[in-house]
Parts: sequence; structure tokens; C-alpha cells
Amino acid sequence: MRVVFLIPGQLRAFTDGAGRVTVEVTPAGTAPPAAGEALAALWRLHPGVRDRLVTEQGQVRPHVNVFVGNESIRWTGGLATPVTQGAEVSIVPAVSGG
Amino acid sequence: MATIRHVSAKDGDVLLLVGTMKGAFILRSGPARERWEIGGPYFRGQPIYALAYDGRADRRRIWAGSASEHWGATLASSDDFGRNWNTPESALIRFPEDAGASLKKIWQVQPGRPDEPDVLYAGVEPAALFESRDGGTTWALNRGLWEHAHRPKWEPGFGGLCLHTIIPDPVNRGRLLVAVSAGGVYRTDDGGRSWQARNAGVRAQFLPDKYPEFGQCVHKVVRHPSQPLRLFLQNHWGLYRSDDGGDSWRDIAKGVPSDFGFAMAIHPHDADVVYILPIESDEYRCTPEGKLRVYRTRDAGGSWEALAKGLPQKDALETVLRDAMDADAMNPAGIWFGTRSGKLYGSRDGGASWSLVLEGLPPVVCVKAAVVGEPRRARVAKRTKAVRKSAARRSAPKRAAGVRANRRVPAKRRVTAGRAKRRAATERTKPRARRRTGARAR
Repeated sequence: MRVVFLIPGQLRAFTDGAGRVTVEVTPAGTAPPAAGEALAALWRLHPGVRDRLVTEQGQVRPHVNVFVGNESIRWTGGLATPVTQGAEVSIVPAVSGG
Repeated sequence: MATIRHVSAKDGDVLLLVGTMKGAFILRSGPARERWEIGGPYFRGQPIYALAYDGRADRRRIWAGSASEHWGATLASSDDFGRNWNTPESALIRFPEDAGASLKKIWQVQPGRPDEPDVLYAGVEPAALFESRDGGTTWALNRGLWEHAHRPKWEPGFGGLCLHTIIPDPVNRGRLLVAVSAGGVYRTDDGGRSWQARNAGVRAQFLPDKYPEFGQCVHKVVRHPSQPLRLFLQNHWGLYRSDDGGDSWRDIAKGVPSDFGFAMAIHPHDADVVYILPIESDEYRCTPEGKLRVYRTRDAGGSWEALAKGLPQKDALETVLRDAMDADAMNPAGIWFGTRSGKLYGSRDGGASWSLVLEGLPPVVCVKAAVVGEPRRARVAKRTKAVRKSAARRSAPKRAAGVRANRRVPAKRRVTAGRAKRRAATERTKPRARRRTGARAR
């Protein structure tokens, strides 16, 4: 299954400049792949994205939001959130800082 | 969008690495340190708490620890004074999975001993020490300190639970001293396998037990390489000296307006000379009486004198943080510091007079001074007969100071205690130096 990632400007240094990255994800079972699986496929392709997006403990950094479609995965099961066919996954820096 | 500028430095030039809450700047000057070119901002928008220059083994490398709120803390290096930064895809400093921790911020990058040119250390938050033995290509967590029984009881200071000071022993290869806020000073004598708290005599104002084994909020520790056992410590309340490598400490806060403060720097050529910048209190965190004053001891903490010439002495409510003051290795030494209000001040004469180098910066959190190239190979203008005559004709004190700065190369090589003392004594009593200081004062 194909998943399209939307990459913010700050991370494009690690995606060869691409703002849209399409990855192929093979779900483990019959259920749609989880956001975590899709992200793993993203950083197999572009390893530099990983350490910017998640901590050493594998958690999405607190000031980074990942959206599947228009829903933040923070409220829909985190990295276990299913990614439905055709959905776009957006990586967006949160509104924070000063 | 503001343009990012770059500097090009050559051997003998002086660099000021300035970390701010919104990026890093690299200032370059010739040995006279009169005019500065400014490179940056690098890592725009990110707090840069750690900067370091590594000139060992013919390197010209600058290290920067950035701490993006969004994308995490990253260690990067540049071999061309900031024009290009090497930021590996996989973060250089990562806690191993079983440590159960995630890197928040890099507080310190410290090149190791001169005779171990591939060794580097980094102090981070949460408080931990990382080491590299291959010039910074790979880094590993120091397990001895991470697994120390005291560590779970360390409490974060206002800035976070950070390891911010790393002092390799210039003589004893197995010995390394680190400082943690708020855990205190720890020392290893076996190359990092085991660590002992070294806080005897240091006050913890904020705890019921004022002199605990650990838990002190030490802000900075400095040491001169010629005096491996003697340390100076600026505490969260308290100013101390140790003569036994940290085994015991005694209060030396006599003659300072406040013994609270953050920054501390040691003179590059005189082990008895230390600079601090007292702050009124931990509640107020501003310079006492609205006067921006550096304090200097010339007798290893026996007495302190205010250095204020050229610094604002009215309504100057400034804060200078723990890593925002440093000395360069030139002679006379330059002392440089940055404020939270974004001003950079400097002295080219060891603190006798000061001037504003730059203002309008974001809040300054780190200032590191460095001389490019091996000091003994620094290209220094020869003091020919013509130059001497010309210098004598000039009446402008600044020019005289510039010529004098050109005369000497920085002495950075390790020296014995006896040699350092003799040299320091010679410098203090040299008639020519005295006459020049007198001329500048007029």
C-alpha cells in the first residue's frame, strides 16, 4: 500500500529536498498499516528523518505533530493509528517556542 | 530573510564563538582583536548552549550543540568556520535504548587532553557524559556516571538537570572532573569507570542539610593546566577553591558584592588569575547595584577587585550565564562575555578596560574564545625597528595595545607549575609591560 508523507521545510535536508515522499508499506496482517509502520518505511528511505521526528525511546517528539489526514495521531492512538488507503500523513512542527 | 554571512580565518586569528537562544555566531579578528567580522547566524532559531573549537592534530574544527524544540538536540561540526556544517543523518549523541532516557540538550563540548587529540567529551541534559575516542565520529554514554547510585536523586536546576562542565586532568590520564546542576562535582580517577562526589565544603543553600555529600548546584568550575590540583568553583551561592583536586573546598568569597553568579574564567597564562561576574541573587539574577562589573582575583582567591572601566555602571541590569564568559590565549589575554540582553563585551588587556563588541544579539548563552592554528605557528607581525619607531610615535593607546598584542604568540602548551609561576611573576613585574599599562590608563 502506498502512503504519501508531507515533509516540512526543516526536514527536507534529509529527503533530498522533497516535500512529498511516497513510500510503499506492507501491512503485517489484513488490517491497514499503523502510522508507526509507515514512518519506519519513511526512514528506511530517508534515515535522517528518524532522529528528528522521534526520541531515542521511539516516541514522537513533544513539539512535532503527525497527522493522518486531518487528525493528529496524538488523539487517535499514537503510532498505532491506522493509515487508511490514500490518506496523506503530514509531519508538522507544533506552534510552540518564542 | 536575513543573510547568513561567513568568515574566513587564518592561523593566528582569534575566534569568538557566540551561542545565543536563536542561533550561533562566529566572530573573527586578527591578533589585535580590534575589528571583528561576524559570521552567522547558524542554526537559526535554535538555542546553542554548547560551542567548542578543536585545534588539535591540525584541525580547524568548530563543534556546535543545537537544541531545537521541535527536532531535538543535534551535534554538528564545521571544518571551514561555519560555511558548511556536518550534521550526520543519525544523531551523534543518543542515549542507548536501555538507558530509558532521551537527549534534551547538549550543554558542553570539551576537547580532551592535547596528547589525546581524538578524545572529546560532551555534557548533556538529562545529566550525562558522552565520550568520543575517534575525533567525534562516534560517541558513547559513560556508563559509570550514568549508573551512579546518586544519579536518581539529582534534582534539576532552573535550567534543567544538566552536566555542564568537563575538566580533563592535564597530567593524570585517568582523572576527569565533571559538574552537574544540581548534583554537584564528581570525579573519576580510573578513566570513567567509577565516580565519587567531590563536594566537601560546598554549600547547598536550598537544602535542609547545607553541606550534603551531593546535590549542590555548582554553576562552573575552572582550572589552569599548570596547577592540576587547584580548582575554582562558582556555586549557586558560594565561591570556592580546592587545592586537592576537589577533595575539599574552602570559601573564597571575600570582597565580592555577591557570591552568587554563573560565569567563571581562568587567565590563560597566570594560574592565580580568575574572573567572575557576580549576580545579585537567585531570585533577582541581575548584576548588583545596576553595575556591570567583572571581578578578578590575582592571588588565587585571596582578594577580588572590580573591573568596570568601559562597562556600564548605571541601570545595567544584566545577567551573564555559566558558559557566557571565556578568555583567549593571546598575550595580553582577551576576556569576553555575553549577556542575556544580547550584548557582547570584551577586554583586550586582561580586564583592565572593556568595550562593547556587539549588541542586538538574541540572549547570549555561550561564549568561547579560540586562537586558530598551533599557537607556536601563529603568524605574528614581526616587531621590526620601523614598527617600533612607528609605535613610539603613535599616541593613540589603542594602537599601542594592538602592536603589543602582535608581539607575542599565545602560550598554550602545557607547562610545569614552576615554569608557569616564574613566567607569571615575570609578566607582572616586567618594566616594559608596566610602562605600557600606564600609557593605556592615561
